[in-house]
Amino acid sequence: MAVHQGEHDRAVLTVVNDPSAIERAEDRVVEALARFNYSRASVFAIRLSLHEAVSNGFRHGHRSLPSATPISVAFDASAETIEITVEDQGPGFDPSSIPDPTLEENLERGSGRGLLLIRAYMSAAEYNTKGNKLRMVYRRPADA
Amino acid sequence: MPASESRIRVKRTEGLIQVEFIDRNILDEGNIRSISDEIATLIESEPKPRMIISFANVEHLSSAALGALITLNNRIRARTGQLRLSNINPQIFEVFSITRLNTILQIHPTNEDAAKSFV
Repeated sequence: MAVHQGEHDRAVLTVVNDPSAIERAEDRVVEALARFNYSRASVFAIRLSLHEAVSNGFRHGHRSLPSATPISVAFDASAETIEITVEDQGPGFDPSSIPDPTLEENLERGSGRGLLLIRAYMSAAEYNTKGNKLRMVYRRPADA
Repeated sequence: MPASESRIRVKRTEGLIQVEFIDRNILDEGNIRSISDEIATLIESEPKPRMIISFANVEHLSSAALGALITLNNRIRARTGQLRLSNINPQIFEVFSITRLNTILQIHPTNEDAAKSFV
């Protein structure tokens, strides 16, 4: 499919805590990236970040909510960038409260690496004040 | 779990347990739990397990999978065994590198290299 300059692929997805629903949302984002010919490395980075953001939302944000409570995933992809917003319905959290998993004393901890990976792979990642909505931006490298 | 639902391939040779993932994506927490349980059973079956986990087929993995690997490594060490990881593609290796888990998990290019590294 020919992609025209300035073209966008946008969608708002409602995702429930079910592996196939999460995979469908990831596939939809990957489909948008494929449309703009993002490289394999870029797709890997973005898909992993999305997966970690949604997993964190269900595991932590929705810990005390009914299991059917959905998470919202909105994205806006173009040839230059993709912006993804993942919003859960939980009470929010303080991202600065997560211990740095790369410190020697935390290396053997079983969890707490999702946000680290998101920040490493995305160009920008910031939570809203409440801490239940993560906005991530990936700016495509010149050679990808 | 019945063998037909297994998500890993296992080969045992000369006291060495070689594990390979069947799935290309090691992302879903439920699947990761199933895989961990299967591997934990293998660990418990040896007094001093020497295990190689190959990532030859793996294209994506999540932080939940990393957490599971740390738990499995600790289980093996508790039995004075040794764990090696192998066949990790550059993208997946970067995940280990970002999280610095390459400093506590031994990673080798191939199963053969991993097998030679056991002490």
